[in-house]
Amino acid sequence: MAADFSFPEAAAKAANVPKEFEPEKMSLSMGPSHPSTHGVLRIQFELDGETVTKADPIVGYLHRGDEKIAENMTYNQFVPYTDRLDYIAPLANNMAYAIAVERLAKLEVPARCQAIRVLTAEMARVSSHLMGLGAYGIDVGAWSVFMYCFTEREKLYALFEELTGARFTTSYTRIGGLQRDVPEGWIQKVDAFCEQFLPILDEILGLLSRNKIFLDRTVGVGVISKADALSYGLTGPNLRGSGIATDLRKDRPYSGYEQYEFDVPVGAKGDCYDRYLCRGEEMKQSVRIIRQIVKNFPGGDWYAPDARKIFAPRKDKVLTSMEELINNFMIVTEGPQMPAGEVYFEAENPKGVLGFYIVSNGGGVPYRMKIRSPSFCNLSILPKLCVGHLVSDVVSILGSLDFVMGECDR
Amino acid sequence: MTTDVALPTAVSQQFPSATPRASLDCPAFNVPPADVLAVLQYLRDAQGYDFLMDATAIDWTAEKSPRFTVVWHLYSSTKHTYVRLAADCASDAAPTMPSAAGLWAGANWLEREVYDMFGITFDGHPDLRRILMWDGYPYHPLRKEFPLAGLPTDLPDAEIAAETKTNLIAAPMAGGPFVAKSGQPMGEAEPRAKDEAWNEQRPKPE
Repeated sequence: MAADFSFPEAAAKAANVPKEFEPEKMSLSMGPSHPSTHGVLRIQFELDGETVTKADPIVGYLHRGDEKIAENMTYNQFVPYTDRLDYIAPLANNMAYAIAVERLAKLEVPARCQAIRVLTAEMARVSSHLMGLGAYGIDVGAWSVFMYCFTEREKLYALFEELTGARFTTSYTRIGGLQRDVPEGWIQKVDAFCEQFLPILDEILGLLSRNKIFLDRTVGVGVISKADALSYGLTGPNLRGSGIATDLRKDRPYSGYEQYEFDVPVGAKGDCYDRYLCRGEEMKQSVRIIRQIVKNFPGGDWYAPDARKIFAPRKDKVLTSMEELINNFMIVTEGPQMPAGEVYFEAENPKGVLGFYIVSNGGGVPYRMKIRSPSFCNLSILPKLCVGHLVSDVVSILGSLDFVMGECDR
Repeated sequence: MTTDVALPTAVSQQFPSATPRASLDCPAFNVPPADVLAVLQYLRDAQGYDFLMDATAIDWTAEKSPRFTVVWHLYSSTKHTYVRLAADCASDAAPTMPSAAGLWAGANWLEREVYDMFGITFDGHPDLRRILMWDGYPYHPLRKEFPLAGLPTDLPDAEIAAETKTNLIAAPMAGGPFVAKSGQPMGEAEPRAKDEAWNEQRPKPE
């Protein structure tokens, strides 16, 4: 144990070193293109030897002005932009955005629409955590995990493609409904995926959970206390890894989450390993939710049938009936009509809590839209979290925070 | 959807200056800037609103006064409810607001973003720098007078600017192969590949 040894003589000598012989601090810039920063994060370090004494994250390399763009287009036109927030889980973003605007319109969508949204959001959570886990494996030196994760993720993307027509940029929701209903036989394919996925997930987690190298890199590294997690506004698995059981799906159920049985995994120490364990367990819980939906898949409408000024009419009606044609034209050109007012809605996304604050003056375009991005808030703890760790531990910490820069920079 | 029903009376008893604000979901209050920190602290310590979820601002355009409103959203992990707090900046030309970074460490970055995007300064902020745009960027992009296409500026690095003799142009994709132009005949305005440049005026080459 290192603590058993002490070097009082050496320490006394070091204290008396004249100023000109004091060791110099080194400054190191990590990123914006560095494999462990998962995108375009840059961190400016001040190092004493290999120990971090100061860390200053520099974000904004992926800033596209999404909030400015939102003020200049109709509500439905902004749906594709939400894909590009957390581009690892676009379906979850689509759902959060659609519900936020529906809260503004005080619109309730039918049970089938809610179920499809929850189903896709949970599939997005699984695919996001698979990606996070695989990339984390690479960061700390476990290549094979990445291969397993990507194979499974690919199967999910094939399902997304069949449902939405796109693998990544799904743009699946519309205000008041969805882009389309689920294709025939798709639900059975989802069930088949869940069936074969659970044993593979156990295998993947088995590669890491008792892996000596992985434990050495993660246990006791990057400990976030409960107080810090609260104060920095962490959300998602990063918050729950620190032992705070806040999950909006349980606490403020939206889109019918109250009907499903699932557990919220919570960490004990708040280190990198706890965050990893939380993600692993969350995937199992997501599969549990998916299977419940598959079992009792509700029938009925997949869009709000009474929202004539919000949800565009069916295409066959548009092509055959004058009134529907005009209605469709108005929704496309003027946008879905919203009342004036302010709403704030947050959804529990894979990375944390994604919030939309919409200020409307009425009409089809928001006056102001603020996107509360979980990655941005989760990264704000870095200046505190990195200090005192080795540079190689920072790689482990970054991987365990599982952020996406598209969402952080907006 | 659950809301904190008892909160409006509790807050208005404690802070007579806090007036109710129109809201479609959670309880919301307008607060004078001088009382903001006291109300935030009261909500956090006495009412259990332990999460600062979001701090942002609204620009009501240069014609309106007060022009800028700063908005906070708090969440209670025990009551599972939200509350919204809003304060108008006293000055339109040099808007300021007290900083909540002493109450929540997370306010640090949120306020830096508001400063970057709106130019609202926060009194008592430990490190008020731009966060999404680079240091030395001359504009505040989310102000309403800032155009969507952007404005031309100098490159952040003076050495590279001197060497390349270029600067940042507004809407760099405008006029590109797949970008629509407004105010032209439909055939001209629609996005198209460059090799399909025929339209109403110019017939398709044989």
